[in-house]
Amino acid sequence: MKKLNSLKAGQQIFFSGTIYTARDQAHKRMVAAIKTGKRLPFELKGAIIYYCGPTRTPKGKVIGSCGPTTSLRMDEFTPLLLAQGLSGMIGKGGRSKEVRDAIKKYKGVYFVTYAGCGALLSKYVKGAKTIAYRDLGPEAIIKLEVKDFPLIVAIDANGGCIYDAD
Amino acid sequence: MREIKASRITQAVTELVRQANFILRQDVLSALRGAYKFEKNQRAKTILKAILDNAAYARKKNLAICQDTGMPVVFVEAGQDVKISGDLKAAINKGIEEGYKKYFLRNSIVSDPLLRGKPKFSPCVIHTDIVRGNKIKLTVMPKGFGCENKSQLKMFKPTAATEEIKKFIVEAVKSAGPDACPPYIVGVGIGGTADYASILAKKALLIKIQAENSKLEEDLLKKINKTGIGPMGLGGRCTALAVKIQKYPTHIAGLPVSVNISCHALRSASIIL
Repeated sequence: MKKLNSLKAGQQIFFSGTIYTARDQAHKRMVAAIKTGKRLPFELKGAIIYYCGPTRTPKGKVIGSCGPTTSLRMDEFTPLLLAQGLSGMIGKGGRSKEVRDAIKKYKGVYFVTYAGCGALLSKYVKGAKTIAYRDLGPEAIIKLEVKDFPLIVAIDANGGCIYDAD
Repeated sequence: MREIKASRITQAVTELVRQANFILRQDVLSALRGAYKFEKNQRAKTILKAILDNAAYARKKNLAICQDTGMPVVFVEAGQDVKISGDLKAAINKGIEEGYKKYFLRNSIVSDPLLRGKPKFSPCVIHTDIVRGNKIKLTVMPKGFGCENKSQLKMFKPTAATEEIKKFIVEAVKSAGPDACPPYIVGVGIGGTADYASILAKKALLIKIQAENSKLEEDLLKKINKTGIGPMGLGGRCTALAVKIQKYPTHIAGLPVSVNISCHALRSASIIL
């Protein structure tokens, strides 16, 4: 995980390891849990969150189509999660100044991945287990094991941002 | 009167759900291939290659092109000489539900927009036109909300210059920026009322991309592609694949303009019964 801090905006990597899906409603719940001192469904320290709500899993497959959703909807919740130790996020599109500052402050990293390519991305998911908020349907938290998942560093730990590059 | 059974409608909608979600529209595919050639930037090319690979993989493996299988929008063009035996709206929604369940698509619809709750498969949004004839045309468009969220409506003054309108449309695309899966297809509705302009903007997305463009459409496409937003917003020559405009007469006091952006995964499928 330490290596994530040394990545630079614009770099492409292929990530293998564990990531957790969480999107709008899951973020709202996690932040409410932190504020009321309740336990979170997974250890935030060092974790990577993937802004994703997959389709239902077809029979015989590990997961269905599973591309990224628009990250900026999670912006209001993100600084608190970073303060609590969240290491990385995967999504699509830009982030607010507050998120960018928080990424820099807490030495996190924000990745983007191929947007609108959910079928293709399912190839890199080797395991999927729903671990919390099952009642949210596609917005439940799923623990994913991924292999060579393609990521592009969009905001790095020094605040470097890919959208400024050109 | 020609009679069509509601059950036939349900069956047709279920099949359209499969086609729209698994098989990318041929015109969109060709436009994406064209964009791949048009791009010089290596990263933009890599992204467009991934988008094309995704469409091929989705089709081959019966997977949704995008996990956001949308709020399904169904366009009905009902011939006035057709009699539907049964409940048309219920038949359409049943077809949507059966299709989304059968093909493992996503349940993205919350019953109450304020209370939210557990997402379901339906209802869809239905737009109905009564036309001449004894046939019925059904179109299913799964509209993802990453791009739907970037929709804009502006009521211009009737004296507004075309330049102002162009600026509004280009700004709408700029404000979507990298967020809504570019390269976009930009649907524009001009005229009618506020609600009607928005329906026209969505209907514009059903026009074949290669259909001949007006000067205004060409000009807007050039301006949008000059923004340099590019595929995934990471820079490039191709920010939009097309701009499509639908117009309608309007009131002397107004000039409604609505912009409905689609991501590159512009999905729809139609059948005539």
